[in-house]
Amino acid sequence: MEEPQAWVPTDPRSRPTHTQVVAGLKGVDEGGPELVQLLTPEGERVPDERFDRFAGDIGLDEIKSLYRDLVLVRRADREGNALQRQGELGIWVPLLGQEAAQVGSGRALRPDDMCFPSYREHGVAWTRGIDPTELLGIFRGTDHGGWDFTGRRFHPYTIVIGNQCLNAAGYAMGQRFESKVGDPETGEATICYFGDGATSQGDVHEGFVWAAAYDAPLVFFCQNNQWAISVPLSKQTRVPLYQRARGYGFPGIRVDGNDVLACLAVTRWALEECRTGNGPVLIEAFTYRMDSHTTSDDATRYRLADEVELWKLKDPIERVRVHLARRHGVEQEFFDAIDAEANELGDRIRSFCRAMPQPGPERMFSEVYAASSPQVDGQRDEYLDYHASFETSEGRR
Amino acid sequence: MSTTTLAKALNDGLRAAMERDPKVLIMGEDVGRLGGVFRITDGLQKDFGEERVLDTPLSESGIIGAAVGLAVRGFRPVCEIQFDGFVFPGYDQIVSQLAKLRYRTQGRVPVPVVVRIPFGGGIGAVEHHSESPESLFAHVAGLKVVACSNPADAYWMIQQAIAGDDPVIFFEPKRRYWEKGEVDPDVTAAPPLHSSRVVRPGSTLTLATYGPMVKTCLDAATAAAEDGQDLEVIDLRTLSPLDLGPVADSVRRTGRLVVVSEAPSESSITSEVAARIGQECFFSLEAPVLRVTGFDTPYPPSRLEDDYLPDLDRVLDAVDRSLAW
Repeated sequence: MEEPQAWVPTDPRSRPTHTQVVAGLKGVDEGGPELVQLLTPEGERVPDERFDRFAGDIGLDEIKSLYRDLVLVRRADREGNALQRQGELGIWVPLLGQEAAQVGSGRALRPDDMCFPSYREHGVAWTRGIDPTELLGIFRGTDHGGWDFTGRRFHPYTIVIGNQCLNAAGYAMGQRFESKVGDPETGEATICYFGDGATSQGDVHEGFVWAAAYDAPLVFFCQNNQWAISVPLSKQTRVPLYQRARGYGFPGIRVDGNDVLACLAVTRWALEECRTGNGPVLIEAFTYRMDSHTTSDDATRYRLADEVELWKLKDPIERVRVHLARRHGVEQEFFDAIDAEANELGDRIRSFCRAMPQPGPERMFSEVYAASSPQVDGQRDEYLDYHASFETSEGRR
Repeated sequence: MSTTTLAKALNDGLRAAMERDPKVLIMGEDVGRLGGVFRITDGLQKDFGEERVLDTPLSESGIIGAAVGLAVRGFRPVCEIQFDGFVFPGYDQIVSQLAKLRYRTQGRVPVPVVVRIPFGGGIGAVEHHSESPESLFAHVAGLKVVACSNPADAYWMIQQAIAGDDPVIFFEPKRRYWEKGEVDPDVTAAPPLHSSRVVRPGSTLTLATYGPMVKTCLDAATAAAEDGQDLEVIDLRTLSPLDLGPVADSVRRTGRLVVVSEAPSESSITSEVAARIGQECFFSLEAPVLRVTGFDTPYPPSRLEDDYLPDLDRVLDAVDRSLAW
């Protein structure tokens, strides 16, 4: 049988056939032998000579726990989407489809490791012990990030694409300057998240250069979800992204981003490399953004339903469920209990969100500077007086 | 009390800050072995090592971005941008991260980073080496912006900037690096960082300026004195926040103000001073606030910079126009 040809969009009005879509996806390269995968989309555990030792301790209880994280993170994400549709949030940035990349890599971190997210890493936040309700302020517009950044070692969300790669490089340089690198047990590392679109930003390039120049203990974790809003990967790169690391002189590796076990094992390996002084490392987690870029976006304008359908077959949660049920005989009760817990979480997020207080106008003026600023202080006092002048006999308007 | 150049005073100030606090780092292009293209960091890498005085990759966004990360880790980085016109690759990190991280985290993540920028013209340089971009930073909430004008201020202001928890854009008048002055090593001699200062008392008219133009204005005041005009000169020193109390006090006495800067006039430090003094001293002013500035053009080829830059004659011309109002 002749190999099907991928669709070449010569006429913008033309549409590819299903076969052409599938051929095109293969052409994008799912990794082939270079793609690290421990759990197939069908839920089969496949051996891996290099990375099995980084998942050696992952028994049934751990897989169940990973499954729980995946389901709860997806539920929190869907709740965020729904709350935006209900007008409770101004915007939501969905992670649907990227749960395994985030939970797997996040669970590889130790408490002392530092994490620099972009703005879609709600699943990584979960693994750092940050409650989904703590993320809501950004999207409701009541704050710019409200969690314990230093204690949880989870930096504020960075919205300007790629900025965090340099901030993470600096932080990891600091870990090295403080002699926290060298020992696999006590060493520290940093992980930095960004997407395929970010790889075209200068700051990501510079982050690679700096991390390499200072041997920084930094794992660059690129979630390649195939789309930078409406722009496909082919407009960002000619080569698979993980191969770019070679040009900077450090290892790059591609992992099945929908395989939570592989993401966990590969990130553990990368962190160990960094802890022992062999950093930096680039991981490309090959995954897919199943929803739109944000709730303000409409992905049906630029991509095909066929493509989304194909990726549904590689769902990061379903393969773990199948694995647990078929390989370990886990009963339906377990899955039902997790679903019930997820619904409780959804309820809790919803009620929390609806009860979030409106910040007062004085909040606008706080913490612009460490030292007092006569300019900002003067504007605050003047505006609060003005605001108070609207108080009437019927109370404050 | 010792006599030293502005460049050496900065070097001494940086050294003192590094001795006081082991978390202070210097980072920039050529700041280590070479000592910086202006030699401001001369000898510091030799004495403090390569992990405290970092010869960085040639990457301004990297210098600022990495400094932000180091500050999050607990360091106090002092970045050198080699020339004013080279800061813009780092402008994104300055505006998006350095300026806003404290506000974003409501004070939980301070970013005590100082960004040193040699600024201004008058050295006959090629394009991008003579600019005065200070208002681009003063406009950004979260940044503090200062400009030193003499060795004593250079010595103390750099140490004060490093000791504070706010990010500071620290402008150094590159054509005055080799001017000499007295430095009093007694800390009680140092005024607060964010204060302006009367550097020459007078009664006829007020000149408000900063950075390299302070010397120009002092020279103008000396020349004017020969004509019997007693000009007061105020060194603003801090550009954000501005400290206009001393300027307003002065204008209430003199009734006249001329503001002088090398930067283009539109939406600038000088326009801010003019607007605020106009509002605050309306009934004391005998003439409108006048400004002497660079032109609203890109910085010209250096053979034209003597025409572009305010000089003694242009300052005195504005003084005459104000007095004749």
